[in-house]
Amino acid sequence: MAILSPRRLIYPFTVEQVYSLRTGQFVLVSGLVFTGRDRLHKYLYEGGACPVNLREGAIYHCGPVVIREDNSWKVRAAGPTTSTREEAYLPRIMQEHGVRVVIGKGSMGRVMAKACHSAGCVYLHAVGGAAQVLADRVVAVKAVHFGEQFGLTEALWELEIKDFPAVVAIDCRGRNLLQRVMNSSARARDKLLESGEKVVS
Amino acid sequence: MKNHSQWESSLFELIRRTSVDLPSDVEQAIKRAYTAEPGGSRGRWVLETILENIRKARNQDAPICQDTGTLCFSFQVPVGFDTNALAAVTRVAVAKATRMGYLRQNTIDTLSGESCPTNVAHGSPVFRFEQCARSTVDVRLIMKGGGSENAGRQYSLPDDRLGAGRDLEGVRKCLLDAIVSIQGNGCSPGVLGVCVGGDRCTGCEHAKHQFLRKVDDRSEVKVLARLEERILKESRLLGVGPMGLGGNATLLGVKIGALSRLPASFFVSVSYMCWAFRRRGALITTKGGLKRWLY
Ligand code: SF4
Repeated sequence: MAILSPRRLIYPFTVEQVYSLRTGQFVLVSGLVFTGRDRLHKYLYEGGACPVNLREGAIYHCGPVVIREDNSWKVRAAGPTTSTREEAYLPRIMQEHGVRVVIGKGSMGRVMAKACHSAGCVYLHAVGGAAQVLADRVVAVKAVHFGEQFGLTEALWELEIKDFPAVVAIDCRGRNLLQRVMNSSARARDKLLESGEKVVS
Repeated sequence: MKNHSQWESSLFELIRRTSVDLPSDVEQAIKRAYTAEPGGSRGRWVLETILENIRKARNQDAPICQDTGTLCFSFQVPVGFDTNALAAVTRVAVAKATRMGYLRQNTIDTLSGESCPTNVAHGSPVFRFEQCARSTVDVRLIMKGGGSENAGRQYSLPDDRLGAGRDLEGVRKCLLDAIVSIQGNGCSPGVLGVCVGGDRCTGCEHAKHQFLRKVDDRSEVKVLARLEERILKESRLLGVGPMGLGGNATLLGVKIGALSRLPASFFVSVSYMCWAFRRRGALITTKGGLKRWLY
C-alpha cells in the first residue's frame, strides 16, 4: 500500500487522465473546480439550467468561507463537506453534464460506484476538516453563481486550485476503497468477537 | 454584571483560542498516530495534512475547521454566583467571535431554515452550570462539529443483532460495532466518549462529558480503564484508519464513564469527537480576570 509519488490531475479532466487512476492512489488536483452542496445538487437533478460548463470538470463538495476584501473574494476556509448526502443525485448529474471528477469526503456506496463506472468518473476523498491547508491551495476565485438564491455557503463557486491533495476513493472501474475498508473492518470485528477473550468485570 | 467588559474579553479569548489552537494533548496524540503509520501510506499522508492544518490555523489565527460546531460551555462557579449574568455575557462574547470570523455563522432556525447571524439563538450556545465550594470560576469550552455529532450512537442492551448482553462484554460489542459503522465519517482518527448506564438523555450527556478528559489519561475505575485500553488496541486491528481510507490510526482515544441505571434499562451511549478536538478551559476570577489556562 505504499504510495510512490502522487499523480497529477489537471483540468480539463480528460478520459485518458481519469481512466488511468486507481483506487488508493494519492493525487494532486490543479485547475478549475466548481463547488456545490445540497441545494445545487437538488437543483441540477431537477433539471435546472447550469450557468457553467461542467463537461470534463470537477464538482467539489464544499461550502467555503469566503469574504469580500478590497473588491475581491478571499477564501478563508475550504474543507470538504460530506458527500454521502449527494449520492442519490449524482448519477444523473454526472451523466447529463459530463462531470469527470467528484471531490468530497465520507462514504459512498454502490450507487456512486456504479455511476463512476458507467459515466467514466472518479470520486476523490479530501482530508475532512483540513480547512486551512485546503484554503491555501485555492489560488483564485473566478466567479460565484446562485449566491443570492442559495446563499454563499451553498453557492456554486468557480475556484482555481493548485496541487489540491486527495485520495482516489472510487475509480472508473467502480472499485470502492471506502467500501473495501468497511468490509475488511467488519470481518476483523467478527474475528475479534469470536476469538477474543471476554471482558469480565 | 459588574466587570462586564473584563468578563467579555476573557470569554472571547477562550473562544478564539479554542477555535484556532488545538490543545497540546490532542496534537501530541495525532503526532503519535502519525509516527505509527508506515511511511508512504495513505494514513500517514492524511495525518501529515492534518498536522500541517493544525499549525497553519494557529499561525494564521484562523479556525482549525470551518465547521466551528456546537459551542458547549461548562461552568463551575462559586456558590451564589449569578449564572444568568454569566450566560448573558457569554452570549455577547459568542456574537463577537462570530462577527470576527472565529466562528462560522453556524446556527440554523430548524423550523424556518434561516441562518442566524450571531450564533446566539434558542439552544445556542449550550450551557451547563454547577455550583461548587470554590472561589474562582472554572469554564471549559468544547466546539463539536456536525460531522462528528452525526456519528454518535446509542444502544439499549440486550441487543439481539449484536448478541450483546447486559455486561461489559456486551458494552465491548457495542463499541466495536460503533467503530465499524462510523468508519471515517466523523473525520477519524477521533475519540470515543462513552457512557454506560444513565437514561437516554443523561447517558448522552455523560458520554460527551468524557471529552473534558485529556486524550492520554485513564479512567480511575479499574475495569473501565482496562476496557478503554482494550478498545483502543482493538480499534487499530479494525484497520479503519484516518478518514476511513485504511490504516492503524482509527481512534486517538477511548473515554468511558458510568452512571447508575434503572433495573429495566441498560444504555450504552457513544459520542464521537473528530480529530479537530477543540477543547479549552480557563480559571477566571469572579471579577472576570483570566487567572490561568487549563489543558
Ligand atoms: S467532523 Fe470535525 S473535522 Fe470533520 S468537518 Fe466536522 S468539525 Fe471538521
